[in-house]
Amino acid sequence: MLTAIITMCVLAAIFGLVLGFIAIKFRIEGDPVVDKIDALLPQTQCGQCSYPGCRPYATAIAKGEADINQCPPGGESTIEALADLLGVDSKPLNPENGIEEDIKTVVIIDEKICIGCTLCIQACPVDAILGAAKQMHTVITDECTGCDLCIPPCPVECIYIVPIKDQVSTWKWPSPQSPQMSVENKQKSADAQ
Amino acid sequence: MSDTQVKLSTFPGGLHLPGHKGISTNKKIGSAFIPSKLVLPLQQHIGESSELLVKAGDKVLKGQVLAKANGYVSVPLHAPTSGTVTNIEEQAVPHPSGLTATCITIETDQKDKWISIEKPSDYKTMDPSALRNRIREAGIVGLGGAGFPTFIKLNPGARTAIDELIINAAECEPYITCDDMLMRERALDVIKGVQIMQHALQAKRCIIGIEDNKQEAYLALQQAQKASNAITIEVTLIPTIYPTGGEKQLIKVLTGKESPSQGLPLDIGIVCQNVGTAVAISEALIDGKPLISRIITVTGNGIKQPGNHDVLIGTPINELIEYSGGYDTNVQQLIMGGPMMGFNLLSDQVPVIKTTNCLLALNENNSSPAMPCIRCGACMDVCPAKLLPQQLYWNAYAKDFDKIQDYNLFDCIECGCCTYVCPSQIPLVQYYRFAKTEIWAQERDKIKSDHARERHEFRLERLEHEKQEREERMRKKKAALQKNKQKTDPKKDAIAEALARVKAKQQNNSVESKNTDNLTKEQQQKIEEINNRRKKQSSVSDKENDALNKPEKNNLTK
Repeated sequence: MLTAIITMCVLAAIFGLVLGFIAIKFRIEGDPVVDKIDALLPQTQCGQCSYPGCRPYATAIAKGEADINQCPPGGESTIEALADLLGVDSKPLNPENGIEEDIKTVVIIDEKICIGCTLCIQACPVDAILGAAKQMHTVITDECTGCDLCIPPCPVECIYIVPIKDQVSTWKWPSPQSPQMSVENKQKSADAQ
Repeated sequence: MSDTQVKLSTFPGGLHLPGHKGISTNKKIGSAFIPSKLVLPLQQHIGESSELLVKAGDKVLKGQVLAKANGYVSVPLHAPTSGTVTNIEEQAVPHPSGLTATCITIETDQKDKWISIEKPSDYKTMDPSALRNRIREAGIVGLGGAGFPTFIKLNPGARTAIDELIINAAECEPYITCDDMLMRERALDVIKGVQIMQHALQAKRCIIGIEDNKQEAYLALQQAQKASNAITIEVTLIPTIYPTGGEKQLIKVLTGKESPSQGLPLDIGIVCQNVGTAVAISEALIDGKPLISRIITVTGNGIKQPGNHDVLIGTPINELIEYSGGYDTNVQQLIMGGPMMGFNLLSDQVPVIKTTNCLLALNENNSSPAMPCIRCGACMDVCPAKLLPQQLYWNAYAKDFDKIQDYNLFDCIECGCCTYVCPSQIPLVQYYRFAKTEIWAQERDKIKSDHARERHEFRLERLEHEKQEREERMRKKKAALQKNKQKTDPKKDAIAEALARVKAKQQNNSVESKNTDNLTKEQQQKIEEINNRRKKQSSVSDKENDALNKPEKNNLTK
């Protein structure tokens, strides 16, 4: 009887030590769930989800404070991926956060109107606007995520949204399921000519 | 022909298709004609598009470099004839999308005046890497259809030598006869080009695989091989089965070796090149001519006089068709490439490019509506890549792009066998193309969003850093002021010093008087009085001193 109790105590002590050691030694920095969610978000940093960026939204989802259907730029595919990851049911995009746009856009600055106030530079979440005080600003369109956050602060309304042009290298074959797609493409090329 | 006979193997699936080749092989290759204008897209190959070297208004000579290679996977572009660059702008290019891309337009002067070209030295004395460079500078890309820069394929990489060089002369797709005619008429150039490639790769052995429906070309090549005494080159007839001309299928047939899934033939020590490319290489290394023209088959029952033509790159398709007799009145569709792998052109106002091998005009348009899949499995039987076309179809249909890759979508060569045999006329290949481009787009988006995340995180870090720096600056400033508070200015220091001196003197003065031994009471009282007065005085002056310091203190705290 006594040996049994002692054995159990010794074992408990050993396991406790091992577990304690592992807990310190192999401690995971940060929250892996947040990282996984963040990896699925489109990283426009647009704030349409009502959080100040993609990572804060990911953190809120991980904590259960936010729903998975608040990201308009990600749209249906992001919601589905999130539902898949978190093992919850997919749901339609919350219209309060905005609507999913089919066409990807970037912004451009009309450099003739720009007064060089730097307000847009401060608003840009990815440092895609180049310029200095009282100097003309310009958008590095390759870096622009199309979040449109620079538009409201502009005092002279010189920032415009333009769609990203389809290029031969990024063109996608239309799905054969959608006959209207191919018609549209034909129309487009006819217009181009 | 050498004594060692190639032992042939077979690949799974495939189809026996009606050839329709005879209609374009009864005439010799038509000589090059110079159209009124040439339109040259900057991107005619896989990889980065070339970088412009000319501007509108420039006079250019035949063979002049118009755009240089931009990056590794890129080749230069040359002027196919002499003339004037009229504009450089977005124009429709031959692509299934019908989209526009940057093109150089040259108005030809019909003089066809060459730029001075230096004859290259004997290729046998050249280092393989110098040889590859020469091939690159001639703007040569794979002329079989894919348009991958040839010099890269001629680089054995980590391997010092290649076991086998396979020359693709199968030309398995119906209607196309440009390689057939090229071999019939320029067999010696083919052999020369092959020898140059063999030298560049240091390949021990070379097999030219040619389908047995091209007897005339086979005999011409055999003769040329004997005449050039090229003992390491074997010309081999292979059975006519579509798609024997697929790179991996041809390698399987000729060597029995299987190319790895999603890998390159180079992984198993084999390099595969097209006969047209061989001729282009021979022209570049023996005559010093860049790639400015190619043989194109203009055929189909929608063309009045089908045939093959030596066409300048950039020739507008409508002018080429006009040159070959024009359209039949009932023409329904125009295809670039063959009927199996080609794509419909939305307009004939586009130029031919380096990879254009065939223009097919057909009177019938067999696009009947797709019916539901009946799961007959015919597509699986004909697939030359041993894939499950039906599974690929269902997954593409459901847009399940993760699962479709488990079924090895990217091993699909888009040969079109499955679509051809499908009793429900489902456009299977188009589903696979759709899925492939969707997956590539997703990958691009992923890279872009990762990049945006990185930039956003960097920005946050920068803002935090700036904030800390500002706080640090404030803290330092405060500390400096605190220090200043204790330190007074030099004048006050001097005063304080002087006062201290006085004090010290007073203390020194208060040394014991020598004549104080025998003093009367009165005298002692007097002395005390005086001392008290002095003390008072000194304490007052101390206070004054403090008072002098005080206003400054106030200033500082302000």
